[in-house]
Amino acid sequence: MSTSGRWRSFVAHGTAVVAALLFITPLVYAFFSALKPSREVLLAPPALIGSEVRWGNFAEVFTFAPFTTYIINSFLVSSAGVLVVLFVSATAGYAFARLRWRGRDVVFVLFLGTLMVPQEVLVIPMFVVMQWFGWVDSYPALIFPWAFTAFGTFLMRQFFRGIPYELEEAARVDGAGPVRAFTRIVLPLAGPALAVLAVFTFLNYWNSYLWPLIAVNDYATLGTLPIGLASFSSQTGTRWDLQMAASVISMIPTTILVIALQRHLVKGIATSGLGGR
Amino acid sequence: MKNRERWHALGFISPALAGLSVFTALPVALAVIMSLFDWPIFGDREFTGLGNYRTLLTESPDFWPALRNSILFTVLYVPANLTVALVLALLLGPRLRGRAVFRVLFFIPVVTPMVANALVWKLVLQPEGLLNGLAGEWFGITLPSFLADRNWAMIAIVVMSVWAGMGYNMLVLTAALEQLPTSVLEAARMDGAQGRHLLWRVTLPLISPAIFFAAVMTIIGSLQVFAQPQLLTGGGPGNSTIPLVMFIYDTGFKFQDLGLASAAAWLLFVLIIGITALQFRAQRRWVHYEH
Repeated sequence: MSTSGRWRSFVAHGTAVVAALLFITPLVYAFFSALKPSREVLLAPPALIGSEVRWGNFAEVFTFAPFTTYIINSFLVSSAGVLVVLFVSATAGYAFARLRWRGRDVVFVLFLGTLMVPQEVLVIPMFVVMQWFGWVDSYPALIFPWAFTAFGTFLMRQFFRGIPYELEEAARVDGAGPVRAFTRIVLPLAGPALAVLAVFTFLNYWNSYLWPLIAVNDYATLGTLPIGLASFSSQTGTRWDLQMAASVISMIPTTILVIALQRHLVKGIATSGLGGR
Repeated sequence: MKNRERWHALGFISPALAGLSVFTALPVALAVIMSLFDWPIFGDREFTGLGNYRTLLTESPDFWPALRNSILFTVLYVPANLTVALVLALLLGPRLRGRAVFRVLFFIPVVTPMVANALVWKLVLQPEGLLNGLAGEWFGITLPSFLADRNWAMIAIVVMSVWAGMGYNMLVLTAALEQLPTSVLEAARMDGAQGRHLLWRVTLPLISPAIFFAAVMTIIGSLQVFAQPQLLTGGGPGNSTIPLVMFIYDTGFKFQDLGLASAAAWLLFVLIIGITALQFRAQRRWVHYEH
């Protein structure tokens, strides 16, 4: 490598390291603030470590508010949401990709059209629909309303179209109907697409904030992690130590998920494409 | 045979069709109807025609400021997000050692709950917090109280949001850069294209479809901003950081006026569709597609 090349490489690595350090500073600060005695969090001059290291703050979060319930609820709602989305998207995606029926393309365009309507526009009438169903303050209200997004159907359709027809036709010739061709041939091949959809859906449910805020009033039994954390922060006021401990706890599950999936990150974004922030 | 396939198709599609009818088509229709009514959460509704729209545009003290705030947020947030994302995507290229670790790091806030991200930044930005504290300690400067200052609150929200959100676009652009045909880049290099010239004349035009996609999605997302201002400033000071979605939420559920909130939601929808349509028109000028 030439001298100028080596110099450029050194600058690039240095810039990346400095940017990364600046980037994680808020998180590091939050973590160490979670370990301080409450009075010392906002003491000047800022210090990394207080007069004592209180790991007990993390435990106190759970006695202060029902965080175990929040976490269980988030897991329940997110997992149920993933199951519904996978089922609905795979079946509809199959009908659009592999079956021939009149009006298919028109219906597909209508499906895609629903993607243009953002959740924020629908939350008000959706609340009224929940009132009609008697679903205000219930798990179904947290699970079903946003499980029928056309995004999943679109993703599965695109993937199914890439599977060679010959595989399915062989089974059809042997007398299998579309249902068996779907469950025995096509679905087992769709693992990667289903995985991408599952991860995206899980994260969307896990981080959802506006809708649970509207659909749930009884936080103690039905609160999910984001709204539990937000109400915890308004209840505890200036207990920054506990708020930071709770925030750090809330960040752990999804952070683990991303680190576990890091090798598929870029590819997953490239294949799913949509669903930006 | 053909006929049976049609029935099978109906079977396969009916879960999605039923769900979209009940949870998308019905609310869309309901939103139109509700916007024409005085519709409280509990109690009697009353038809008021275009009354809600008139109230929004002429009487409501917070609607115009909320619209302005949403647009201001978008104007500040989108270019900042895309610039940081692009610089990082270019920096964390194939020749950087440890790029996978850096990418995961910059992506983490995208998947952590926004509420947690916002609370962390709320602490950082306190008048006695890390930022103001270090500025005073190291440089002897007294910084403004960012979240309580009319001129700074929105900027603080934008900075926090870029920190939390740009990792997504960084990966979208990384994916685009990784798919660039090396032959084209090699040919350009052989022709003497280097450094800045290579970047502006070859690389960026080649990934312009990805940049366009990221811009469209980010603009749509930023017009829907809610959690960050709600948690960092509560819309304040005054109404200087209330975005449209917060206005809709407050109108509907704090003031329990679902009709007025629906009318505001419709105007938000029109705004989003309008801006997206404009972008698709403008893309011909700068987006370069392979044929």
